[in-house]
Amino acid sequence: MSDAFVKLSGLTLGYGRTVAVPALDLSIREGELIALLGPSGCGKTTTMRAIAGLLDPSDGTIEIDGRDVTRVPANKRGIGLVFQSYALFPHLSAHENVAFGLRLQKLPAEEIRARTEEGLATVGLTGFGKRKPAEMSGGQQQRVALARSLVMRPKVLLLDEPLSNLDARLRLEMRTELQRVQKETGITMVFVTHDQAEALALADRIVLMREGRIEQLGTPADLYARPETAFAAEFMGFENIFRTEGAAVVSDKGRLPLAAVPQSPILAWRPDAVTVGEGPHEGRVAAASFAGAHREYVIDSALGPVKADAAIELPEVPLGGTIRFDLPLATARGLAA
Amino acid sequence: MRHLATWAILGLTLTFLIGPFLIIILAGASDTEYLAFPPQGLTLGWYFKVFTVESFRASFVLSMALAVFGTLAALLLGVPAAYALNRYDLPGAETLRTVVAAPIIVPGIIVGLALLRYMVVPTGVTVTAALFMAHTALVLPYAVRVVSSSMNNLRADMEEAAVLLGCTRLQAFLKVVLPNIRGGVLAAFILGFVTSFNQVPVSLFLSGPGVRTLPIDMLAYMEITFDPSVAALSALLAFMSLAIVFAAERLLGFSRYV
Ligand SMILES: Nc1ncnc2c1ncn2[C@@H]1O[C@H](COP(=O)(O)OP(=O)(O)O)[C@@H](O)[C@H]1O
Ligand SMILES: [Mg+2]
Repeated sequence: MSDAFVKLSGLTLGYGRTVAVPALDLSIREGELIALLGPSGCGKTTTMRAIAGLLDPSDGTIEIDGRDVTRVPANKRGIGLVFQSYALFPHLSAHENVAFGLRLQKLPAEEIRARTEEGLATVGLTGFGKRKPAEMSGGQQQRVALARSLVMRPKVLLLDEPLSNLDARLRLEMRTELQRVQKETGITMVFVTHDQAEALALADRIVLMREGRIEQLGTPADLYARPETAFAAEFMGFENIFRTEGAAVVSDKGRLPLAAVPQSPILAWRPDAVTVGEGPHEGRVAAASFAGAHREYVIDSALGPVKADAAIELPEVPLGGTIRFDLPLATARGLAA
Repeated sequence: MRHLATWAILGLTLTFLIGPFLIIILAGASDTEYLAFPPQGLTLGWYFKVFTVESFRASFVLSMALAVFGTLAALLLGVPAAYALNRYDLPGAETLRTVVAAPIIVPGIIVGLALLRYMVVPTGVTVTAALFMAHTALVLPYAVRVVSSSMNNLRADMEEAAVLLGCTRLQAFLKVVLPNIRGGVLAAFILGFVTSFNQVPVSLFLSGPGVRTLPIDMLAYMEITFDPSVAALSALLAFMSLAIVFAAERLLGFSRYV
C-alpha cells in the first residue's frame, strides 16, 4: 500500500487572475476514504475538479499511482466524479446511464450488460434499470450516479457533497451505503463536505481546508479531540474559544480568572466541557433549550456568551436566571495562536 | 356585459385570423374564369389545375429545396451558435445576439435588395445561391432562439460527466447535449421551414430566368392571369403549413419551444 497513491504537489488553482487554491500539497493513500472538509468557498470543489482534470492548474503537479497526470486530459485520466447535482443523462434510462462509459470503451455487449447490472446491484438498484432519472427519487438518482462511476473501476472516485441534496433520513442511509461500497470495492475515494459530522462519521482521514489551504489533516479522532487552531476547533464543535492573558481568559467584552496560568495562548471548550451549576463564575441564562440527554444553555457572562451543556438531572434555570459555571483548565483544549 | 365584450373580441380575432383563409378557400372554388368572391358556382377544377401549371411545379420545387436546405444550413450554424452563447461567457455575446437577430429586425425587402445590388450584381453569384444564403440568414435567428431556449435548462456538468466517462468534447455534445435538445431542434426546423417557404420580400428581388420561389411566381402569375387557381394554390399551401404545425404539435408539443 503506497503512501502517496494520489499526490498533489504545489498545486495552484484559480479562475482567471483570482487564486482559489495556492500551492496545495496533499498525499492520499490507496484504498483510503478521505474527506475534504471546510466552509463553503474554501476551494473543495476546485481541488476536486483539478484532480479530475476538469480544471487546469496554473502550477504544481498531480500524480496518481506513481504517474504524473497533470497534463492528461480528463477523459483519459480514469477518475470518477459524482457531481453534487448527480448530472445524470435525462434522456437515458438508469441502465443506459450506468452503461454509458462502458459502451464508449467498446467492450463486448455481454460484458457491458453484466457489469452494468453488477453496478446497479452494488448500489441496491437491481430492477430499476428501465427507469429514467426523472422517474427516480433523489436518493435513487444519487445511487445511479455512484454506480455510473463505479462500473468504470476508476483509480480514484471523487464525490462532491454527495449527501447534501438528500433529506436527513436518506443522508444517514447513504452514509452507511457509501462506506459499505468503499470497503467492498476498495476504491480510493475523496469526498467533499462542509458537514463536520459527516466527515467524522465516514472518513479514514479528514483534510480540513480554509481559504484554499490545509488547516489540519488527521484522523477523525485526531481532529475531534486535538484541533490545533481556533479555526479547526470551531469547526469541530468547540464553541467557546478565548484568548488567555496570565491566569485569565479574555474577550472583547471582559475577562474571567482561571485556576492557574495556562500553557497556551488560546483555550477552547466544547459546551459539554463547561461545568454548570457550580463553580467560581456567575452569569445570566440568555437562552436555554432541551436536547434530550442534556440542556443547552447560552450564559451571558463577563466574557460574553458562553455555551454550556448541563446534565438533565440538574434543576432547570429559567431565562434571565442566575447560573454558576466554571471553565476548568482540565477540560480545556490549548490552541496555537 | 363583460361576457359579451369577451365574445366580441374573440369573434373579431377569429374573423381576422380565419376569415382570409376561408375567403381564399372559397375564392379558389369559384366556377368562373376570374377571381371572384363570393364564389359563383362551386368547382374543384382550379385546385386540380394548379398541379398542371409548369412554372408552379418548378417554383414549388425551388421553394421546397430552399426551405429544407436553407433551414438545415441555418441549424448547422445556429445550433453551435446557441450552444456557444449558452455555455461560454463570450465577450461579444450581446453583440452576437443582436447580429443574429438582425434579419428579424431589418425589413426583408432591404435584405433582398442589398443582396441583389451588392452580391449578385458585382460578384456574379447565381440567383439560386443568393436565394439560398438569404433564406439561411432569414431562418438563422429563429434557429438560434428556439434552440437556445431548449438548451437553457441543460446543465454543463452533464457534459463534464460524459467527458469523465471517456467522451471527447465533441462526443459529449453529440451523445448528451444533442439528444436533450432534439425537440428544440425539430421545432426550429419546422418554424424555419414555414418561415422560409412563405416568405416574399427577400425573394422579391432575387429572381432570374426560370428561378423564382413559389410565392413570387404566384405574384407573377397573377399579373398575367387572374383566374382562381392562385387562390386555390394559396389555400393548398396554407393547408400544408397547417398540417406541418399540427403534426409537430401532436408529435413534439411544438408550442413549448416557441
Ligand atoms: N467558476 C468560477 N469562477 C470564478 N471563481 C470561482 C469559480 N468557482 C469557484 N470560484 C471561487 O473559488 C473559490 C473556491 O470555490 P469552490 O472550490 O467552489 O469552494 P467550495 O467547493 O469549497 O465551496 C471561491 O472563492 C469561489 O468564489
Ligand atoms: Mg463546492
